[in-house]
Amino acid sequence: MDYFKTDIEKLHHQLANGELTSVDLVQSTLEGISQIDPEVQAFVTVNTAAALKQAEAVDQAGIATDQPLAGVPVAIKDNIVTKGLKTTASSKMLANFVPIYDATVVEKLTAAGAINVGKTNLDEFAMGSSTENSAIQVTKNAWDHTKVPGGSSGGSAASVASGQVVVALGTDTGGSIRQPAAFNGVVGFKPTYGRVSRWGLIAFGSSLDAIGTLTRRVRDSVPVMNTIIGHDDKDSTTVDRSAEDLGAKIGQDLTGMKIALPKEYLGDGVDAAIVAQVQAAAKQFEAMGATVEEVSLPHTKYAVPAYYIIASSEASSNLQRFDGIRYGFRAQDVKTLDDVYVRSRSEGFGAEVKRRIMLGTFSLSAGFYDAYFKKAGQVRTLITRDFEQVFENYDLIIGPTTPTPAFKIGDKVTDPLTMYMNDILTIPVNLAGLPAMSVPAGFVDGMPVGLQLIAKHFDEATLYQAGAAFEDANNYVDQIPGGQA
Amino acid sequence: MNFETTIGLEVHVELKTQSKMFSPSPVSYGAEPNTETNVIDWGFPGVLPSINRGAYELGLMVALALHAEITPVTHFDRKNYFYPDNPKAYQITQSEAPLATNGWVEIEVDGHKKKIGIAELHVEEDAGKNQHEDDGYSYVDLNRQGTPLVEIVSKPDIATPEEAYAYLETLRQIVQFTGASDVKMEEGSMRVDSNLSVRPIGQQAFGTKTEIKNLNSFAHVRDGLTYEQNRQSALLLSGGSVRPETRRYDPNTKETILMRVKEGADDYRYFPEPDLPPVTVSKEWIETAQGRLPEMPAKRRERYINAMGIPEYDAGVLTATKEMSDFFEATVTAGADPKQASNWLMGEVSGYLNANHLELKDVALTPVHLAGMIELIDDGTISSKIAKKVFQEIIKNDTDPAAWVKAKGLIQESDPAVLTPIIDEILDNNQQSIDDFHNGKDRAVGFLVGQIMKQTHGQANPKVVNDILLTELNKR
Amino acid sequence: MISKADVAHVAELARLEFSDAELDQFTAQLDEILNMVDQLESVDTTDVPVTTQSVHLENIMRQDVASTPTPLNELMANVPTSKGNLIQVPAIIDKEED
Repeated sequence: MDYFKTDIEKLHHQLANGELTSVDLVQSTLEGISQIDPEVQAFVTVNTAAALKQAEAVDQAGIATDQPLAGVPVAIKDNIVTKGLKTTASSKMLANFVPIYDATVVEKLTAAGAINVGKTNLDEFAMGSSTENSAIQVTKNAWDHTKVPGGSSGGSAASVASGQVVVALGTDTGGSIRQPAAFNGVVGFKPTYGRVSRWGLIAFGSSLDAIGTLTRRVRDSVPVMNTIIGHDDKDSTTVDRSAEDLGAKIGQDLTGMKIALPKEYLGDGVDAAIVAQVQAAAKQFEAMGATVEEVSLPHTKYAVPAYYIIASSEASSNLQRFDGIRYGFRAQDVKTLDDVYVRSRSEGFGAEVKRRIMLGTFSLSAGFYDAYFKKAGQVRTLITRDFEQVFENYDLIIGPTTPTPAFKIGDKVTDPLTMYMNDILTIPVNLAGLPAMSVPAGFVDGMPVGLQLIAKHFDEATLYQAGAAFEDANNYVDQIPGGQA
Repeated sequence: MNFETTIGLEVHVELKTQSKMFSPSPVSYGAEPNTETNVIDWGFPGVLPSINRGAYELGLMVALALHAEITPVTHFDRKNYFYPDNPKAYQITQSEAPLATNGWVEIEVDGHKKKIGIAELHVEEDAGKNQHEDDGYSYVDLNRQGTPLVEIVSKPDIATPEEAYAYLETLRQIVQFTGASDVKMEEGSMRVDSNLSVRPIGQQAFGTKTEIKNLNSFAHVRDGLTYEQNRQSALLLSGGSVRPETRRYDPNTKETILMRVKEGADDYRYFPEPDLPPVTVSKEWIETAQGRLPEMPAKRRERYINAMGIPEYDAGVLTATKEMSDFFEATVTAGADPKQASNWLMGEVSGYLNANHLELKDVALTPVHLAGMIELIDDGTISSKIAKKVFQEIIKNDTDPAAWVKAKGLIQESDPAVLTPIIDEILDNNQQSIDDFHNGKDRAVGFLVGQIMKQTHGQANPKVVNDILLTELNKR
Repeated sequence: MISKADVAHVAELARLEFSDAELDQFTAQLDEILNMVDQLESVDTTDVPVTTQSVHLENIMRQDVASTPTPLNELMANVPTSKGNLIQVPAIIDKEED
């Protein structure tokens, strides 16, 4: 299947009217993976046998016109647990871990007839911005195999960008969907915190984690998001809202839409060529009838430190369960209980994970809590208020997704701080729990860059409306790694 | 130098729920290891907690029964520490804003009443159990993991081991009445951590405290604290100083033994649990919880003494458990004289339960049957001797006492018209006894009564027999 | 300025061990990160509440109803060492039980 030339809607029509069977589609997807992935290395596990079996069942049951995902292959980031299918979080700690239950999103996709064709690579436990922190493999940027795919959903982004699947689930704690989407020239969608159940998502920063999609087209994200949203009794932080079509406003005129462009998002450290692309995008929105005005989000520069304290603190606690006792890696030749803990954790976790555990443990420890964890929580409030004030007068915020295009593999891996600063434009959204999207916005030095759209809590519909309009106004979707689609 | 003692008690009480505090797996006792658990209890990657509303409400009931102030807006926190029985390596508890604060109970020691303050109550999840074997390994059973607990922390008001004992008794009784817990030390549904310090009288600052573990009964708490009080006082008198230690009580020697010296405070790195939204306790919810509380034991005792004429000691025994107290009141409501009901419950009923290691709920006896039996005694239908037979029947079987004594022919004969001819006949045949009686030999009466009872197969009303016999004897 | 001893203490809390060289490296990196974090000091947060959750919800609770436990064999499948129904660990030395 040439995923560069099709979309979910077309596939669904073919599947529903019998032009295509799910088994054929899955088979050709698996073939594509076997041809492309040895180089890209997006997949950690390919679910060959089970995917074909599932496709057969879907074909047998028949695909109705109200089942937009039935028979459609999806890839799933490997920090989302899949019953009976190895889930590693790209960590040595879970290298052989086979979950005994399905994440709610997996349950929902399966119920909708979608076919899980495999699990995608990530920075270990989703901690990173380049997928170089994977203990399994190094995933390549679909556009330039010497460059990083971004992270932590680098495997999901590269799998879609390289045409292996039409959609992949990702997770976004500080930009982990949007940043790799931007680096790979695909659409990354992060919903409002609490829209999608985290049950079965291996927790990183519990108050920040969100599951979303990576797709080549804005419209391909909608049926997947519509399927996975909703309250879940197993996740007390999910909101209870009646069924909504998040794509309901796609196609509606942008006339009168009030768009804000924060000056802090175009400041020092952001590549001038990317600033130019964003300004060009602003002009396009104006041409479509929207107004664009500069605003200020004054606490933006504090988002990175606040985020690294909060996310690392939560992570330090979340990752304590990996103790070598009930599941996961246990060090060899352990003599004492302390060995089980210390050696299993020291050998099972990679350097970046340990760094965050250390930072988080420190931030929560006696004597430092107030100056670090509490202070970060207060700054989080101020960052949230910045957004609230802007959204009193505007419908949408736009800006760049990343300060630079994808960088070379190995370039920043030894310099954690520079790597962290790369997330400055995506992190504030997670701190405030807002929905956001990265859509392709052109190229800088031959590498794709992303335009970030940010909306109010639960106003995903406006993101899709503006994102689809922007995609339609450009031809970026027709440009693919190595040429034209 | 004279010392004063300060005792702190932290009491963990398991709440009686169907499911666990943050997971819907069942709460049960005595199940095979790890068979009453789910992925949440095991802390599998990706699992999330959810709050058991029923457990929280039981916590509110306990707090209200202890006169504590309910915290209107609260949240859960994580307490981080590694231990094999703690699968997530954090316990979900309430640290920053506990369920309730500032409660109290009233205790009585040697006739003196005293209020003991309760600093706070919080709801949390229990840990699993580690078992230690001699093969060089420990073994983990997670059945208990996640069981809802309420922890009750006393203020430093307890000054003697006897007060500690009385506090625990009172606390257990109150919690038992709420129905929120079984509060059984022997089953682990009530657990006590205690600490004690001494200081010279007049000194402002508290002395260095030691913690005592392995206290499996209230008596152990009292004896362990007594030992510790003496040990610390002797240490200070001899010029030594108390170290912050954790000590273990040995019930055989009634001594405490050093386990370890504490080096600095533990660092649990508490922070708000991000997976659970805050809990707001509305006025309505408090009223609902209050409405579920029965009349508390102190109030009941007062009523038994003042309105029913029950002696103070008896009132105390009757309110030892809610089941006993409820049974007593139902028996009175069914028509029994309170004093008689009390006597039977404290005497025969308690004796039977103790002898057979049973509880009221385990026997067939009902308040209606007990009241019915008491009525049969009162109206002379049965003798107190027969009553013991009836009691043996109604405590074992769901038997109506009136119907049973009738069917078994155990009804006492009290009719003089029936008894007089029988007595006359026996007198006619025992001239020697009549002579003896007139010669002042009292035992003749006993002999004659025995003959009459034999003749009537024990069913004659002894009092009526006695009256008629004396009248007839005096006629002859 | 975070010291090597501080880092060693934090590692102990987190049940991690580092070689001396690693400890030096982590100390330097954490110090750099904490310097960045120290920017937060300059933010006036007087009377600013702490945000721990970005979307406001409250009283999300479930009824007290028990559900079926997870089958034992599934739970035990990933356990590194076990005996019968029990999870096995090297002997717990400090037998401080409650």
